[in-house]
Amino acid sequence: MSGKAQTIEKVREFTDEKYKYGFVTDIETESAPKGLSEDIVRFISAKKNEPEWLLESRLKAYRHWLTMPEPEWQKPNFPPINYQDSYYYSAPKSVGDGPQSLDEVDPEILKTYEKLGIPLFEQERLSGIPIAVDAVFDSVSVATTFKAKLEESGVIFCPISEAIQRCPELVKKYMGSVVPYTDNKHACLNSAVFTDGSFVYIPKGVKCPMELSTYFRINAENTGQFERTLIIAEEGSYVSYLEGCTAPMRDENQLHAAIVELITMDDAEIKYSTVQNWYPGDAEGKGGIYNFVTKRGLCKGKNSKISWTQVETGSAITWKYPSCILQGDNSVGEFYSIAITNNHQQADTGTKMIHLGKNTTSRIISKGISAGKSDQMYRGLVRMGPKAVGARNYTQCDSLLVGDQCGAHTVPYIETKNKSAVVEHEATTSKINEEQLFYLRQRGIPTEAAIALVVNGFCREVLQQLPMEFAVEAQKLVGISLEGSVG
Amino acid sequence: MVMQINATQPFVDQFDDVQSRLPGAKLPWLEAFRKAGIEKFSKIGVPTIKTEAWKYTRLPNIDCKEFRSANLEDGQVAVNAVAKFLPDALNQVRLVYVNGIIRPDLSNLINLPDGVSFEPLTQALKNDPEFIESQLSTEELKYDQGFSALNAAMMESGTVFRVAKGVQVKEPIEIVYMNGGTDEPIIRHPHNVFVLEAGSQATLVKRHAGIATGAYFNNAVTEIVVGDGAILKHYTVQTDCVEAIHLSTVNVRVGKDATYETFNVAIGGRLSRTETRVRLEGRGAHCNLSGAYMMRGREHCDNTTIVDHLVPDTTAREVFKGVLDDEARGVFQGKLIVHKDAQRTNGHQLSRALLLSDRAEMDAKPELEIYADDVKCSHGATTGQIDENALFYLRSRGVPEALARNLLIQSFIAEALEEISDENVREAIASLVVHWLPAQCFVADEWVQA
Repeated sequence: MSGKAQTIEKVREFTDEKYKYGFVTDIETESAPKGLSEDIVRFISAKKNEPEWLLESRLKAYRHWLTMPEPEWQKPNFPPINYQDSYYYSAPKSVGDGPQSLDEVDPEILKTYEKLGIPLFEQERLSGIPIAVDAVFDSVSVATTFKAKLEESGVIFCPISEAIQRCPELVKKYMGSVVPYTDNKHACLNSAVFTDGSFVYIPKGVKCPMELSTYFRINAENTGQFERTLIIAEEGSYVSYLEGCTAPMRDENQLHAAIVELITMDDAEIKYSTVQNWYPGDAEGKGGIYNFVTKRGLCKGKNSKISWTQVETGSAITWKYPSCILQGDNSVGEFYSIAITNNHQQADTGTKMIHLGKNTTSRIISKGISAGKSDQMYRGLVRMGPKAVGARNYTQCDSLLVGDQCGAHTVPYIETKNKSAVVEHEATTSKINEEQLFYLRQRGIPTEAAIALVVNGFCREVLQQLPMEFAVEAQKLVGISLEGSVG
Repeated sequence: MVMQINATQPFVDQFDDVQSRLPGAKLPWLEAFRKAGIEKFSKIGVPTIKTEAWKYTRLPNIDCKEFRSANLEDGQVAVNAVAKFLPDALNQVRLVYVNGIIRPDLSNLINLPDGVSFEPLTQALKNDPEFIESQLSTEELKYDQGFSALNAAMMESGTVFRVAKGVQVKEPIEIVYMNGGTDEPIIRHPHNVFVLEAGSQATLVKRHAGIATGAYFNNAVTEIVVGDGAILKHYTVQTDCVEAIHLSTVNVRVGKDATYETFNVAIGGRLSRTETRVRLEGRGAHCNLSGAYMMRGREHCDNTTIVDHLVPDTTAREVFKGVLDDEARGVFQGKLIVHKDAQRTNGHQLSRALLLSDRAEMDAKPELEIYADDVKCSHGATTGQIDENALFYLRSRGVPEALARNLLIQSFIAEALEEISDENVREAIASLVVHWLPAQCFVADEWVQA
C-alpha cells in the first residue's frame, strides 16, 4: 500500500469507526422477571444450582442492601436508579445448563464474538501468542477456551458458577474476603445478584502458560450485568489477566455493577488489565452504561504484587477505584490508568493504596483526557499505616483538556501515620500542546488524527503496561473515543 | 444526628443569652445579620468528621457550656509582656486586644499614616456603621461553614482596617490578640474587616498569642477586599497555648491586577484551623497563600485553602511546609477551582511535611477542579522523614546529631519562608522557627563561629 493510500485508510478508520460494537445480537433469551426481590435472588441461586451457604450469603447481602442509602458523595450526576426496572438475569436460551464444548455454543453468539474480534475457537491471536478466553454474554458464561491445556498445568480458569460446583471450598474461603458485601451499595447489590464471571486459581509455583482473558458483553435490553471475578494466585505463581467489555447502543442506561477480587500469596503476582469500552451513550448523552465497579486486590503474602492497568474509554458513567491492600511485607501495588471521556461522559476513577506491611511500595500513574462536554475526576487514596515502616508511594496524575467545555478534576487523599513512609504526589493539568499540533498539521496530518497521536504520546507510559495485543487495540480506541472532539 | 444537635444547641442558647449585650445591638441591619447567622448555624451545625471539609479535623468533644463569652473584666487581665511580633524600634503602629477587649494602654497609634483607618470593630460600629454594613450585609448568604455563620451571629470584637485609594503604607501594621488568663475558659468571635481601596498598599501582621496556660476558644472570621491594583501582605502568626482552640476563616476578594499575599505561621495550639478562601475576581489578580506549621505533643494544625479563579489571567501560588513531632497531626486541604472561561490560569500548590515521630500523622488533600482548557495547574504533596543521607553528611563533618537535625528542620522550613516578601517579617518568623526547635539549636551560632 502506498503511503498516501495508507493515510487515507487510516483517516477512514478514524472517521468511520463510531461505536462499532453497538449492534444487537438477535437471540432468544431467557430472563428472570423484571425487578428485584428476594424471589429473584432465590431464582438466580436456583438457576445456578447453588449450595445453601451461597444462597444464604446472597440473601444476607440483599437484606443489607435494602438498608443502605444511595451514595451521594460522588461527582457524577445521574438520575436515581430504578432498581425495579431492570432484569437481573438474562441468558441465551440455547445455553441451557451451560455448553459442554464449543460445538454446543449457539452459532449466533460465536458470530457475535467474532464480530467483536474475539474468536472463541482455540486459535492463536496476534503474533502466535495463545490467549484463553472466557466469554460472558449477559448473565452467563458461554464459552471458555483452552481449558484443557490450562488444566494440564493445574490452572483453573472457568466461569465462577462452575467453580462454585467444582471447588466450592476455594470460592467459599475467598469470595467476599477482599470486598465484603457491606463495602458499598453497588458491591452489596452485586453480592446479592451476581450471575457469572471468571474464576482463576493458579497453584503454587505455577506461571500461567498463557494470557487469560474474559470478554463481557451486555446484549439484552434493560439488563444489568453483575459479574464477579475472583483470582487467587498461590505462592510464587504468576498470571496476567485481561478483561474487555462492550454493549449494544441503547437509549436507556444500563447498570453494570461488578466485583473483582484478587488475592496474592507470598511471591505471587497478578497483572490485571482492563480495556473498558461499554457503550458510552450518543453525542447528546442519551443512553450508555453505568459502570459502577468495585475492584480490589489483597497482597496477602510477602513480596507479592498486584498491578492494575486500565483503559477506560466507554460507559456513560465510570465510577471505580481498583485498589490494593498491601498487607504482606515488601508487597507492591501498581495502578496505571488512562481514562478518556468525550461528549457527555462522566468518569470518577482512581485507586486506593492501603499500605499495611513493611517496605511496601506503590506506584500510581493516571492519565485523564477530557473532551467534548465531559467531566472527569481522579480520586485516589494513599494511606500509610502506622506499621508500614519504610513504605513508599509515588503518584502522578496528569490531565489533558481538549476543548473548553470539559472539566478535569483531581482529588487525592494522602494520609501518613508513620514517619519512615515516603509519599510523593504530583499532578498537572494542561491543554493539548498547540505547538505539537501545529507541527503535525503542518505535515499534512488532519487535526483529529494529530490529536489522537498527541494523546497517545501523553498516555504512552500506561499503554506500555498493556499486553501487546491489547496495547494495539487501546491505541486505536484512544483515537476513536476522541472523535468529534474537535471543531 | 442526635449528637450533632447536642453539640450545636448550646451555642444557640448562648446566642439567645448574650444577644442583647452584643455590640451594635441597636442597629437593625446588624440584628438581621446576626439572626441570619444563627439560623444558618442551627441548620449547618457543628462540623463532624463526616463533613467533607472537616474530614481530618475532629473537634475535641467540646461542650460550649464550658466556655463563657468574654466580658469587660476579662480585658483587664494583667499582661506581663505584649506578644509583640516586630521590634519596637520602628515605633510600631499596633492595636493590642486582651480577650477581645481593646487595650489602649498597650496599643500605639501615634504613627498611623494619613488615609488609613485602623480601629476596633466596636468603635467602627459607632463611628461609621454604614461602612461596616456595606461590607457585611452582602456576605450574609456566603457562609456555608457552621462556625463562620456562628461568628456572623456572635461577633463582638475584631479590627477594621481601611486604606484609602492610592495610599501606600510602607511600615507594617500590627494587630495583637492575646487570650487566656481568665477565671473560666472563654469563647470569642472576632470579626475583622480589611479593605484596601484601589491602588493602595499595606502590610498587616496579625498575632494570636496565649497569655497564660488554660483553655480558650477563638472563632475568627476575617473579610478582606483587595481593590483593583492594590497590594495587601497579610501575615498571621499564631502561637496559642497548648489548650487553645483556634478556628479562623479568611474570605478574600482580589480585584483587577491586585495582589494578596498571606503567610500563616502556626506554632502550638490544641487545635488550629485556618480556612482561607480567595476569589480572584479581576483580570491579573494574584494570590500567594503559604504557611509553615510546627506542632508537637498532641497539637493539631489544619490549613485549608480554596482559590476560585473566576476570570481569565489570574495566578495563584501556595507553599505549605510543616514539621510534626510526638503525636501531632497536620492537615493540608487545598482546592484550586478554575471556572469556565477563566483561561490562562496559572495555579501551583505544594504541601510538604516532615514527620519526626512515628506517632505523628499528616493528611493531605490537594484538589484541582478545572473547567477551562487553557490552564497550567499543578500540585505536589510529599510526606517523609529527615533525610538520613543529609544527616550522615553533617554528622561525618562533626556536627552533633541533635544540631544536625535542627539544621535540617530549619532548612526544610526555610523554603516556605522564602514566600514572604517582607524582609522584616521573614526574619521575625525565622527566629520563631528557631525557638521552636529542641534546645540544642541555640548552639548553632557558637558552632558556626567555632
